[in-house]
Amino acid sequence: MDESGSAFDAVEQGPGVSDSPAGTPRGGDGDPAGHPSVTALQGRFGATVLHHEVQAGDQHVVFVDAANNRTVLEWLRDDPEQRYDLLVDVTAVDYGGGNPIQIVYQLWSVGRKRALRVKCELPIDGLSIDSVVPLWKTADWLEREVYDLFGVDFRDHPDLRRILMPQNYAEGHPLRKDFPLRGRFSRAEQTRRALSQDYHDDYTADALEVGGAPGLAPPEPAGSTDEPEDTP
Amino acid sequence: MTERVVEVPEPGLRSEPMLINLGPQHPATHGVLRLLCELDGETVLKVTPDIGFLHTSFEKLGEYRTWNQIIPLTDRMDYLAPLIYNCVYVMAVEKLMGLEVTERCKVVRVLLMEMDRIFSHLLWLGTTAIDVGAFTPFLYAFQERERIYQLHEAYTGARITTSATRIGGMMADFPEGWTDSLRNFVETFPKTLDEIESLLTTNGIHLGRTLDIGVISGEDALNHGFTGPNLRASGVDYDIRKDNPYYDYETYDFDVPIGENGDCYDRYLVRMEEMRQSLRILEQALERLPDGPINVSDPRVSLPSKTDCMNDMESMIHHFKLITEGIRVPAGDCYFAVEGSKGELGMYVVSDGGEKPVRWRIRPPSFVNLSVIAKLAEGHLVSDLIMINASLDIVLGEIDR
Repeated sequence: MDESGSAFDAVEQGPGVSDSPAGTPRGGDGDPAGHPSVTALQGRFGATVLHHEVQAGDQHVVFVDAANNRTVLEWLRDDPEQRYDLLVDVTAVDYGGGNPIQIVYQLWSVGRKRALRVKCELPIDGLSIDSVVPLWKTADWLEREVYDLFGVDFRDHPDLRRILMPQNYAEGHPLRKDFPLRGRFSRAEQTRRALSQDYHDDYTADALEVGGAPGLAPPEPAGSTDEPEDTP
Repeated sequence: MTERVVEVPEPGLRSEPMLINLGPQHPATHGVLRLLCELDGETVLKVTPDIGFLHTSFEKLGEYRTWNQIIPLTDRMDYLAPLIYNCVYVMAVEKLMGLEVTERCKVVRVLLMEMDRIFSHLLWLGTTAIDVGAFTPFLYAFQERERIYQLHEAYTGARITTSATRIGGMMADFPEGWTDSLRNFVETFPKTLDEIESLLTTNGIHLGRTLDIGVISGEDALNHGFTGPNLRASGVDYDIRKDNPYYDYETYDFDVPIGENGDCYDRYLVRMEEMRQSLRILEQALERLPDGPINVSDPRVSLPSKTDCMNDMESMIHHFKLITEGIRVPAGDCYFAVEGSKGELGMYVVSDGGEKPVRWRIRPPSFVNLSVIAKLAEGHLVSDLIMINASLDIVLGEIDR
């Protein structure tokens, strides 16, 4: 085989970061006076607000200490001067190369017509952060998605399961930079796993309790015929 | 004749919750969606949506593609309103680059996005009507949809996978006579819309199936992340076209319909009115469509002319580098959202200065809207669950991405 590599190497290896500087890229300090919430945040929380920058011309980004994310976000939601009542998006960014993973909260205030982006950085070996589901129910599925695709653990999340990938997916977290596009397992192993899927994995624990384990004997001896058909 | 009396023994009824899989292959789920329902008789105790059957990892694929190569991925997410997705992606990248598109391009994109809003709402209208047993509106709606399909095809060459935008402009200008066809649609469509409305808006069966079904208050709707027509049906006045306008939407004269009760019927009314308002915007945009170039002439994104490439070396190299390496986007991140047909459609793009994105994220309106179904359907009948699911207007291609 040719040792020089082919165009498909990236598919096997995972995407490289193009010309990336060492460490997570950060913009220069922005002028906090441009956004009233930023000055208010810095005044209220001081050192918890690590960094502020302006991106894409007019988008204000605030880096917050990950240990206090819920406190800061709760204040942003409830303070009468802020009122960020709509949590637009929760997502994560992996820059690769062992850099911290960023959790990105995109906020919008319907009343004040103002947007703010809040970021928390998590070290790659400590991917755990407080869930914001108690503040916004939106975060339920969005945080599940980040857990599924990045492997970030959200503390106190009511139902932290995989959401897009199968429940028994064993190859890791696909949107991490070290994850190859074709997956970690060989095609043969992937096929074998697909064929030997256990459909019990497709039911939540309390659903199994209600329906009885599908395909197995019913839980009660009353001759129940209620258990659902097996639909693999 | 003596009256015969038959002794009917008291039936030994057992009552226990039942587990039912609705989908993943079921026409009423509007896609490959599995709803795991716990039922007490016909009453829904709990719904657990199961998604991911269409997962295509578009976001991961995007990290292997140059910025312009991502455009074909965007229309495959929402095949019901592909042009809106094409537009919002390039708008996000252009914002990150600080690139201002031409005036003509802005109006062209407004035209395409409003056209596809109608396109998407028509599919919702037809399929939702079928879900409550009305077949005729489906035929009317799809006849009108077919005309937009033909407009798609005449402009982009494709009916669904349009891929019409490019960073810095469009793939081409409108072909000759295209705006006349669109104007013809704008003029004749209200008549069909009136006919459909006369079949549904005051129809007793339709009212019975939608009034007070799947109610959510404005406060809850916001907390659950509802956006778009679903949020406005609950009485919250939030439309990005008005509140955070892009492409001069503030200069167009249109109203944002707001509901009161947040039930399926209000969601129906809001979408019907939105189609009329989109027609108003289309009329004004057709009126003001300026002449001039459709693509910017910015060396960062636009190719030099063929003549220049043949005649001078620098243009040749420039052309070669743009084609082989792709355009470069300055380091930084940008979130850009438009009012999509289903809610707030945002694109979050992260660049490290290279020719490929570090991260490309879609803020999926259907995904967030669907997550509320468990709350909406609780305590309703199974048949109402179908109606609630339909009234959310989801598209599974975008939910699963």
